[in-house]
Amino acid sequence: MTHSLTWLLRPVTILGKYSLLIARAFVSPDDFRTYRKNTISEMIRIGVESLPIVALAAAFSGAVTTVQVSYQLVSVFLPATVIGSVVAPSIILELAPVVTGFILAGRVGARIAAELGTMRVTEQIDALETMGLNSISYLIAPRILAGVVMFPMLYVAACAVGIGGGIVVANLGGYLTTQEFVQGAQNFFRPFDPYFGLSKAFVFGFIITSVSCYMGYFTAGGAEGVGKSTTQAAVMSCVFILIADLVLAVALL
Amino acid sequence: MIRLEHISKQFNNMVVLRDVSLDIPEGETLAIIGRSGSGKSVLMKHAVGLLTPDQGRVFVDDANINAVPYKELRRIRRKFGVLFQGGALFDSMSSFENIAFPLRTFTGNADQAIRTRVQECLEMVQLPNIGTKMPSELSGGMRKRVALARAIALQPKYIIYDEPTSGLDPSTSNHINELILSLNEQLRVTSIVITHDMHSVLAIADRVAFIHKTRIAWTGTVRDLHRTDHEALLDFVRASEYVIGEPTAAPEVSLHP
Ligand SMILES: Nc1ncnc2c1ncn2[C@@H]1O[C@H](COP(=O)(O)OP(=O)(O)OP(=O)(O)O)[C@@H](O)[C@H]1O
Ligand SMILES: [Mg+2]
Repeated sequence: MTHSLTWLLRPVTILGKYSLLIARAFVSPDDFRTYRKNTISEMIRIGVESLPIVALAAAFSGAVTTVQVSYQLVSVFLPATVIGSVVAPSIILELAPVVTGFILAGRVGARIAAELGTMRVTEQIDALETMGLNSISYLIAPRILAGVVMFPMLYVAACAVGIGGGIVVANLGGYLTTQEFVQGAQNFFRPFDPYFGLSKAFVFGFIITSVSCYMGYFTAGGAEGVGKSTTQAAVMSCVFILIADLVLAVALL
Repeated sequence: MIRLEHISKQFNNMVVLRDVSLDIPEGETLAIIGRSGSGKSVLMKHAVGLLTPDQGRVFVDDANINAVPYKELRRIRRKFGVLFQGGALFDSMSSFENIAFPLRTFTGNADQAIRTRVQECLEMVQLPNIGTKMPSELSGGMRKRVALARAIALQPKYIIYDEPTSGLDPSTSNHINELILSLNEQLRVTSIVITHDMHSVLAIADRVAFIHKTRIAWTGTVRDLHRTDHEALLDFVRASEYVIGEPTAAPEVSLHP
């Protein structure tokens, strides 16, 4: 009886533990000097490790979308520019943030969970604590800050490369010219779209880094536990990205 | 002064410590001995508030460390240097950076002064030339000594050593024992030394606490140790002395029977 109750309450307990951890990361961080240094080095790592793969994925999804849209929409009744009008917003609104999000969940999220998990099981976190540091804010605040700053930047890069990929394929495949593509994109451009994409990127960046920090920080059970947290971090980040994606779309569009 | 009052601790229904009380006055070196898995590391983690007791209280300089606010706990922890059993070196930093880390974080010292202190600490543990090496490039015993250097870098008032000489060769062990002894004598450090090594107990401890079956089964001075008739303690000591005692003549080994 009590057992099934604890089981039912588990999500609530986890959510509480998660919120508390994230709150404690930002309450009274005392040494801004060390945090700033760690935040900057974390930002560089996120950028360096993800930019190539994010660019690659964005270029291909832009290209594929262009081909598909041409196949689905273009007929004698519609001008070729319609391809640009559909492809550009798709990339800006959905493809760039979600593709970037999935890649960062696998790369950055898993790495963060592995790092913190290893630090936990080898007592490095205990060592930080016994030195008199606040291990939560020391380890978690810089990673989340770096995530919410870098993710929007990577998103912008993904948009640029994605649209670039679309244009290249449009030309190579003879679907439409660069001018037509740009013309089409401008025809139905809504200034709100990039802001929406940026908000998504910001939220996803927060989700990935905070979920992974949670998984890593509370790792237990040696090397096997680290492996578990690492996979969990990537999987849970993806799940929460999808949920947040829908919630944001319903709330803001 | 560190005082543990009636500490009990269990993990998932397994009792590790039951009603354990210990008093470590200023300047004393207490050795905690006991078999593997008897709860020595768990006990030491209570002294710095890494674990909270299920029952009982822990005092450091008259502050109940489980009742003070986190900020205050952190201030109290800065009086401690802790050598973890596995070293717990930060594996993203070189040996030098590991030792420099507490200095950089808690002193406003200039780079040059920090460098000098790190070198001094590395020499104390007889590893003067490994500053640039990453922890993964060190042997187990070297890692332990770098961790020891890190623990003493800030000249703490209290030092906890969790098995400082395990995994070291006898001559390095002796050197580490001497180092601990000289820290205690010259700087009047109060220390807790967890060890299996009776040789180090005899060399450095003022007092000994023997953990057995979840309790402190015996405490006394090193001199008392020689006169004890406590069964389990005698077993423990004899077993260790067998290992560290005078080497017996090498057995005749013949490859061709
Ligand atoms: N975090 C924990 N969760 C669950 N059980 C634990 C935890 N820490 C320690 N234990 C258990 O407590 C007991 C005592 O462990 P401890 O590490 O204190 O032993 P020890 O005396 O230091 O042994 P050794 O000499 O091998 O280091 C062991 O049975 C261990 O399994
Ligand atoms: Mg131990």
